[in-house]
Amino acid sequence: MSVSNAQTSLVDRAPQFVHSKPVRDGRTRNNKARYALTVLAFLLPSAIPLVLFVLGPMVAAAWVSLNQWNLLAPMKWVGLGNYAKLLSDPITGDVFLHTVYYIVGYLPLVYIGGLALALALNTALKGRSFLRGIYFLPVVTSWIVVALVWRWLLSPSNGIVNSALAFFGVHGPGWWTDPHWAMPSIIIASAWKDLGFVMVILLAGLQAIPSDMYDAAKVDGAGWWRRLFSITLPLLSPSSFFVLVISLINGFQVFDQVYAMTGGGPNGASEVVVQQIYDLTFRYGRAGEASALSWMLFVVVLAVTVIQIRGQKRWVTYG
Amino acid sequence: MNRKLMAAIGLAGVAALAMTGCASGTPSSNGPVTITYSNFISNGGNEKNLATIVAAFEKKNPDIKVDVKTLPYDTYGTALQTDLAAGTPADVFDINGPSSYGPYQANGVLAELKGVSSSAYNAALLDSYATGGKQYALPTSFSDVVLYYNKDLFDAAGITYPTSSWTWADETAAAAKLTDKAAGVWGDHQPVTYNEYYKVLVQNGASFLSKDGKKAAFNTPAGIEAAKWLVDKSGTTMPTIADGQGTADYDTNLFKAGKLAMLHTGIWVFGTFADSPANWDIAVEPGNKTSANAVFSNGIGVSATSKHKAEAQKWAEFMSASDFMVTVRLDSGWELPAISDAKKLATYLDKGKPANRQAVFDAAKKIAPAPSIGDNQSAMQDAITGELIEAQAGRKSVQQALDDAEKKINTLLAG
Repeated sequence: MSVSNAQTSLVDRAPQFVHSKPVRDGRTRNNKARYALTVLAFLLPSAIPLVLFVLGPMVAAAWVSLNQWNLLAPMKWVGLGNYAKLLSDPITGDVFLHTVYYIVGYLPLVYIGGLALALALNTALKGRSFLRGIYFLPVVTSWIVVALVWRWLLSPSNGIVNSALAFFGVHGPGWWTDPHWAMPSIIIASAWKDLGFVMVILLAGLQAIPSDMYDAAKVDGAGWWRRLFSITLPLLSPSSFFVLVISLINGFQVFDQVYAMTGGGPNGASEVVVQQIYDLTFRYGRAGEASALSWMLFVVVLAVTVIQIRGQKRWVTYG
Repeated sequence: MNRKLMAAIGLAGVAALAMTGCASGTPSSNGPVTITYSNFISNGGNEKNLATIVAAFEKKNPDIKVDVKTLPYDTYGTALQTDLAAGTPADVFDINGPSSYGPYQANGVLAELKGVSSSAYNAALLDSYATGGKQYALPTSFSDVVLYYNKDLFDAAGITYPTSSWTWADETAAAAKLTDKAAGVWGDHQPVTYNEYYKVLVQNGASFLSKDGKKAAFNTPAGIEAAKWLVDKSGTTMPTIADGQGTADYDTNLFKAGKLAMLHTGIWVFGTFADSPANWDIAVEPGNKTSANAVFSNGIGVSATSKHKAEAQKWAEFMSASDFMVTVRLDSGWELPAISDAKKLATYLDKGKPANRQAVFDAAKKIAPAPSIGDNQSAMQDAITGELIEAQAGRKSVQQALDDAEKKINTLLAG
């Protein structure tokens, strides 16, 4: 009785907790300025670092790229000379090629590996939170530490990997000491480190897929693979898209692991774009060319990302 | 509470920044002047020796304080370059040899040092840090590369010890007899690097660059023979890259463990071998057509932008020529001071292991001049080392590797 009374009174009366609509036309000049200041104040914490550490250096790099500069003597204006020099230098093609090689090896490995982990840990497995933590651990570990550990693991003479291979009668390769194996070594280490990141993103995506879809599919007699390809992957596509865009951008910018594992060697076999930018600036005193190369890399990454965003309509399903 | 704490820390940080900014901006007229000294020479075992020298200097000059910053050798060049580019170099800093000195001087980052008592220094070394008759840096030390050998292994194989009259052929023959792969004992070790290659070229009557310094000159029959001298040891008398050869400390650890009969390396590892049970000594490196040795020196310079140049130079001179520094260096077996007084240096001869310390001075009499090409120096060194390793690993013939290196280096020399 009393309950229904309360209900009717709630319906009859005007709602008590309604946000008052912002009265746009009633806004005074003073008001507007305050509003703008408030917005600005909230933006500042990220705007200041963005301008100081991203936009500022980008503009500065654009300026440096038009000059010859060994970091010590004053800059000398060369116009587009650095770009022309880079375009005619065969090493530029090599470093982009090595970077693409890295991406082509790394991306499928880390995506399929991360997906497999996410699928496995999305089940009612015992101790799955613990396992999720374990797999995420490498993601938050410093690259220098990870790279040194992988150098030991892949040491040609006394590394664990080659020792294990020898146990099965396989003569292991020279890994990072061999030009043919240096890049695969880096790819393996990178995929291992980033698996956890991909896993976490995809896991979140998996948990957003309603379970009744699976139930319905099961009733219709769909097997595990069928459900994977017809339900999981299409509904996971926004997460997959995010992972691919981020991984591709990071792939083009690969540096830490290369620097720590091979330094771009042996004999330049794993020299990627950013390693070359580093070497040109700090080892060879050619900061102008390095800045030009940075901008070339930026344009390439931008182009690839725009193409990806345009292309997402073809395969990404939202909701 | 927390917010107040954060604000306090933030304010303290700002104040600290402002204060340090002021301190370096306004030299105080009274009270001690603090100069900064950035170095790599004390890194890895000689930090205490440097601190002793600094203490002696500060005692003698109570109005000057030296603030020491020590960096590892590998990253020192990059760090210095960055500091110079940012306009924040130390007042006094180390210079990694004449080939680094050249570009620094040419780019005007070094202050001229006037009134240096030049007679105190080894004339040739002092001259390698001068340009156009003016002194821009001072040599702090020198070292050379010699042949280390394990006496026990030589005795066991019944081979006579290396002497200064040995040639490559003698070394090869001995190395072959001393190598016992089954026991994990190797006969020889010589790094396959630019620093070895320019020297063995001279030992073989060839040279790295043409006389005018504008072209690579190593791609000749004598140059190929010299490259083979380095490369062909790998896998026969020397461990291969796959064994770990070429990684940091691999060679010295092998020698310390008594598993290596001969080792080509610098006198800077004396200290490392001091506690080794192995019975070892040194000799001047064998030559082929002639004897030639790699001699390295370290320099010390004053920043052109230093606000305390007089004090800075005082420290640079103390660090390179004072008797106190000489005593500390000789007693501790640090690299040799670059002084002229042979009598003071002579005490070095009886400071214990190795017995044949005379070889250090003998080697310094026949120097293989190191090529110096300015800004592209590191790129040139990387190019030749990279190609030689291709040949060492058997992925390229020596001829092919030298062809490729020649092409790369001529491109660098053309600018």
